[in-house]
Amino acid sequence: MKIVVPADEKQPEMPVSVSFGRAPYFIIYDTDSALYTAAVNPGADASGGAGVKAAQAAADAGAEAVITFRCGENAVELFNTAGITLYTAVSGSVADNIGLCTGGKLAVLHDIHPGLHHAGDRPE
Amino acid sequence: MRIAVLSGKGGTGKTLVSVNLACAAERAVYADCDVEEPDGHLFFKPESVRHAPVTVLVPEIKAGMCTGCRKCTEVCAWHALACVKNNILVFEEMCHSCGGCVLFCPEKALTERKKEIGTISEGLSGSVSFLSGTLNAGESSGVPVIKALAEKLPEEGTVVIDCPPGSACTVMESIRTADFCLLVAEPTLFGMHNLETVYELVIRFKKKCGVVINKDIHGRNPVRTFCRKHRIPLLASIPFDSALGNLNAEGRIAVRENEQYRVLFRHLLAAIESEAEK
Repeated sequence: MKIVVPADEKQPEMPVSVSFGRAPYFIIYDTDSALYTAAVNPGADASGGAGVKAAQAAADAGAEAVITFRCGENAVELFNTAGITLYTAVSGSVADNIGLCTGGKLAVLHDIHPGLHHAGDRPE
Repeated sequence: MRIAVLSGKGGTGKTLVSVNLACAAERAVYADCDVEEPDGHLFFKPESVRHAPVTVLVPEIKAGMCTGCRKCTEVCAWHALACVKNNILVFEEMCHSCGGCVLFCPEKALTERKKEIGTISEGLSGSVSFLSGTLNAGESSGVPVIKALAEKLPEEGTVVIDCPPGSACTVMESIRTADFCLLVAEPTLFGMHNLETVYELVIRFKKKCGVVINKDIHGRNPVRTFCRKHRIPLLASIPFDSALGNLNAEGRIAVRENEQYRVLFRHLLAAIESEAEK
């Protein structure tokens, strides 16, 4: 199973990003191989629709679970369609959160915000 | 002549100035472009009002024709389309109705359908033709409603456009066809900063502009200093006057009831016309 976590840095020892759509990186953890990989979040510099773009990238990376502090409703709709489970991040590193998630210690995310639409409002 | 009335924040007096300016003209069209919270109707109480829906086009997938090639998701600059498990998801409120996805779909699997997002109202109030746009609750962009409103504006005569607050897309759309931009400001440091944001916008749009100070007090203030520094004509000063505040709070139009303000707004209209001709 692959777990995707939004992150400000590429290292799993660093904290989880406060944003999902605008996080600079995604850290992808493969539970089968126990390996971390980092990918650039294409939503980070999107002028509009960052959440959708980021969620699409997470789904395309093969995520089955996403750990985040918050998430917009469009991204959630995409995750639901893709059958991806959202978990609520806790303070600590990306690696800590992944450890808690695989141990079944993270709660399912309920804090869905209505999106920060038209934050940029200019196409790329 | 089309006069757009704008300000950097809400509550500065855009509607007060717009409504009274329209009434100061012999005949005028008043257009309320503050589509998220239109309030011009509270003053004009227009009669014989007609309503017409405003619609936008959004993409729709024809059942069974999509192959999940993702071309549409790549074309969409706004990320209003996504593809999961070979199914296209459409996020309608992100869509800007550009039609690109329909045009580029190699399978012709996309079509467009109309979605209602707001209303245009037209009516009459004495010598003023009243126009107002309303964006439906929950919609994210008022721009299409403002575009629909702009199509209703006559080419000739005095048109007063009551803009939304701030300097975002809806304001840009509201001033697009304006011949003159009237910037309403409060005489404080905060008022000056708000004025600065709209001033930068109208300069970028290469519009002629002038300032009205609302709730003005005697003597020097940051807005006067700002106008002098940037050589922006100061066209009128509306005094800090509780009688005017009370009239306005009761939804009454000062120009229709009070000689002092009839004179003030007629002078303002004349000053705008003379500045616009320069």
